Amino acid sequence: MNTARLPLFSVLLISTAAIAYEILLIRILSIVQWHHFAWMIISLALLGYGASGTAIALARRWLEPRFEQAFAASALLFSVSMVLCLLLGQRVPFNALEVIWDPVQTLYLGALYLLFMLPFFFAASCIGLAFTCRGERVDRIYFFDLLGAGAGAALVIGALFVLPPQQAVIAFSGLALAASALAPAPASGPRMSAKARWPGVLALLQTAWLFGLLYAGAADRVGLRMSEFKGLSQALEVVDARVVTERSGPLGLLTVVDSPRVPFRHAPGLSFTTRHLPPAQLALFTDGDGISVITAFDGDAAELGFLGDVTAALPYRLLDGAEEGPRVLVLGAGAGYDVLLALHNGAARIDAVELNPQVAELMRGPLAEWSGNLYGHERVNLHIAEARGFVNRVRDRFDLVQVALLDSAAVSGSGVQALNENYLYTVEALGDYLSRLEPGGLLAVTRWLKVPPRDSLKLVATAIEALRRAGVTDPGRRLAMIRGWNTVTLLVKNGEFSERETAALRDFARDRSFDVVWYPGMPPGEANRFNRLDRAWLYEGVVALLGDRAQTWVEGYKFDISPATDQRPYFFDFFRWRALPEVLDLRLRGGAGLLEWGYLLLVATLLQAVVAGALLILLPLTLTWTLTRARTRALGRRRAAAGTPLQEPSPATGRFGTYFFLLGLAFLFVEIAFIQKFILFLAHPLYAVAVVLAGFLVFAGLGSASSPWLAHRLPGGARAAVPLAVGLLAVIVLFYLALLPPLFGRLIGSGDAVRIGASLALIAPLAFCMGMPFPLGLRRLAAEAPDFIPWAWALNGYASVVSAALATLLAMELGFNAVLVAALGCYGVAAALFRD
Amino acid sequence: MRGSSLIVILYLAALASLTAAAEGDRFGERTALVDEIERYGRLDPPPGKRGFDERVLEALRKVERHRFVPESQQSEAYANHPLPIGHGQTISQPYIVALMTDLVDPQPGDAVLEVGTGSGYQAAVLAQLVDRVYSIEIIEPLSEQARERLQRLGYDNVETRLGDGYFGWEEQAPFDAIVVTAAASHVPPPLIAQLKPGGRMVIPVGGRFAVQYLLLVEKTEAGETITRQVTAVRFVPLTGEH
Repeated sequence: MNTARLPLFSVLLISTAAIAYEILLIRILSIVQWHHFAWMIISLALLGYGASGTAIALARRWLEPRFEQAFAASALLFSVSMVLCLLLGQRVPFNALEVIWDPVQTLYLGALYLLFMLPFFFAASCIGLAFTCRGERVDRIYFFDLLGAGAGAALVIGALFVLPPQQAVIAFSGLALAASALAPAPASGPRMSAKARWPGVLALLQTAWLFGLLYAGAADRVGLRMSEFKGLSQALEVVDARVVTERSGPLGLLTVVDSPRVPFRHAPGLSFTTRHLPPAQLALFTDGDGISVITAFDGDAAELGFLGDVTAALPYRLLDGAEEGPRVLVLGAGAGYDVLLALHNGAARIDAVELNPQVAELMRGPLAEWSGNLYGHERVNLHIAEARGFVNRVRDRFDLVQVALLDSAAVSGSGVQALNENYLYTVEALGDYLSRLEPGGLLAVTRWLKVPPRDSLKLVATAIEALRRAGVTDPGRRLAMIRGWNTVTLLVKNGEFSERETAALRDFARDRSFDVVWYPGMPPGEANRFNRLDRAWLYEGVVALLGDRAQTWVEGYKFDISPATDQRPYFFDFFRWRALPEVLDLRLRGGAGLLEWGYLLLVATLLQAVVAGALLILLPLTLTWTLTRARTRALGRRRAAAGTPLQEPSPATGRFGTYFFLLGLAFLFVEIAFIQKFILFLAHPLYAVAVVLAGFLVFAGLGSASSPWLAHRLPGGARAAVPLAVGLLAVIVLFYLALLPPLFGRLIGSGDAVRIGASLALIAPLAFCMGMPFPLGLRRLAAEAPDFIPWAWALNGYASVVSAALATLLAMELGFNAVLVAALGCYGVAAALFRD
Repeated sequence: MRGSSLIVILYLAALASLTAAAEGDRFGERTALVDEIERYGRLDPPPGKRGFDERVLEALRKVERHRFVPESQQSEAYANHPLPIGHGQTISQPYIVALMTDLVDPQPGDAVLEVGTGSGYQAAVLAQLVDRVYSIEIIEPLSEQARERLQRLGYDNVETRLGDGYFGWEEQAPFDAIVVTAAASHVPPPLIAQLKPGGRMVIPVGGRFAVQYLLLVEKTEAGETITRQVTAVRFVPLTGEH
């Protein structure tokens, strides 16, 4: 046996590059498209692994004698396809916004899905070949595979600090190339001629690609082609607009744009009765969208009169009258629009919280002069932190907590946000903010207004629920809301609104032609005066949400405006299936804006995963299976005629099939639910994906490696080990359901290292248990039905491909806990099947 | 042999009809589209009306939309949905164009300002209905193309300009109507100032491919400004109410 020729180091490098590529693709797609493709990338990476499993199972006999060649070639193809698929993928004219009108877009989406699957197919082929052809050393291979994956997740985050993502792809492609170059050459043996030529050909190809990579890296030949419908692309189309400076990091691509000829004049909700126009501004885009502006500022905030005439200025007019200006907490400070708002409106001290350190670096560096060194202002304290974490940690109390409006109106209006988790607008979040208010203090949230109302009412419903949870019996007395033609500003008071305050609110609104939506004691006739909706939908909505029959009213509403929670943090998802037929019918009459198309995109990807997985993983196996059986039968008949008894295919394969299918479904359900749960805790989707993926891979691997030991020690062997592992993991999951929220609450304010460490420690025992059922099942299969092993892999792989999208869909409908409970159900049934 | 010549003939016939569609005036397609818009307009009439103004529909029947649509989108030129025209811009859904045009109530003697020329289609529709149209675009290539296109098609009562639309078109102000083709973070106060008393301004709000609602700004004879958020369709968000 070729034990000396194990490509262990190459396996490690391939796994490193594969995980890194997965995370880089998530990053890149959120730049060139929008940031909800994480689950699609996870699904297509798994499809690559599954399809490769099927391919190897089918070509095993041919591949085994050619292991070294196949391994080195797959590694090289992986390296090449990482770069080429990225280039080609950006040529696919997919436009998420057009899915409603153009059915071809779903085909483009499918093309992207298959294209980005390819590199994972080749990476998985390397690992799978090593497993299949060097099965006797599977433990060591597996160890290096997992070590590499864990390292990849950590390395890629580091790489993103120094390289833009497209350059990082080149770097990791270099790793894969190294894996190909370092793989052992075939042992000399018989059939020399082809093998003798092979090393030369391979070395030539590797060298050629090395030069290709060096050229691509040095000449920066791999660019990102952003969708032309993103805010940044559109801003740069404007005559004379140009990029001033750019920063790339794991938290986002920051682009500062100047448009001297057609200046940015970003002032959401500016009254059209104002006499003050916004001064010149620069725009800061994150991942090509989410405009935040840097207003030219010379230190005299009083000059920025327009900031007194936006709906978001309302809370300051209500806080007027104190001896000293209010102490303000701005969540999501970005480039400082809301900080200036506070300064102009007389804040005495402003604590501004921004997640991305590179924003601060820009503001203190190249933009310091333009912004009047805003973040160095004597009344401004900038904190680099995640908003929820900061609010949980800070001991101070504020007169005003202001949640900045950071998403752009166009993104909000197009409905592509539907799939974004957002932990700033949940019941728990608003509860946290309220707990930081001084008595009589205000929480202010400004949102874009959609018609018919969606997020505005969802925000109110969320605030009411937060107040109720805080023990307030009459939330209506603590709420006030106004609107302009395109923004709403909601105030929640720590206390009840006074007559003086409601009078100030009415005056502020009337003077600026804003409509009052709600304040305690508001007569219905005051609603809907200046900016008229066909009916006073917002006022009626707030009244209904405050009433006894709120639940029935929410259920009867054609958009989902039930409160967003940390469990279901989809504040921007308003989709309801029953409204779909009506809305589809209305889109030709200009009703396209009634639907959140992002949700349909998710459904499309789920269908895509179902079909692509079936075609690439299951169908080839089915065909071969059928052929083999037909051949066996024919053979059997002949043998029967000759007197040899016919051998039936192994029994109980249906049960085994279900077992492995359920395991695939359940594993990904848990993994995806945990990624989502950790997004809040780790403060960013990318960190969550990296840490959770690495944690699950490594610890599930350790669990898998320990499973023979466990099966050996238990009296019932594998049959007893599976229920034990499943029982344990069920206990852990149920424990976490109760434990995680308070634990996160305690730790959310700690530094990155503590939170990452805690995450890994939490994932470890769970993943360890989850790593066992699969190899234990394989062991039993090896003894009872060895022919079925490729099927076990394929069904498991297929289930994971589907599961990645299905988990997100379930989470949006029912919440993450429901996903976890569904996973437990799958594990339970699987364990029961296994015992029989 | 006969089979293959039949295929050739069919192919040529198909090619000929395609060419005719591309080169011809595509009257039939346009009529069908406008008939559809008319029908929908009666189902969901603009506020206070029973359907679209006949003059607006007539203008839509006249303007050859396919002349404003890029080559790659020709087959979709008379489909009732928005189309990308490059540079991150779109040509609006025909139904929305009809509604916007109807909402500003164009009269034969009017001067109309358009902010956002885009393909020039909306300007061409307005040009059929009013005296003069002034149109501003911020994207240079689009502005060039539209100017050249409108000139070639003989719309000599449309004047175009490249530049900032925030301050309107001072020299030609005030206007009887203003059409803004994409909403910004706020309605520029200078534009409201250039609206005549009794004038109307309309702005679609939402995404490029999915309009949420139309903002209708009306300046009363007394100079007061009132806005209305007009949804294109009557859609009652509560189940069981109509």
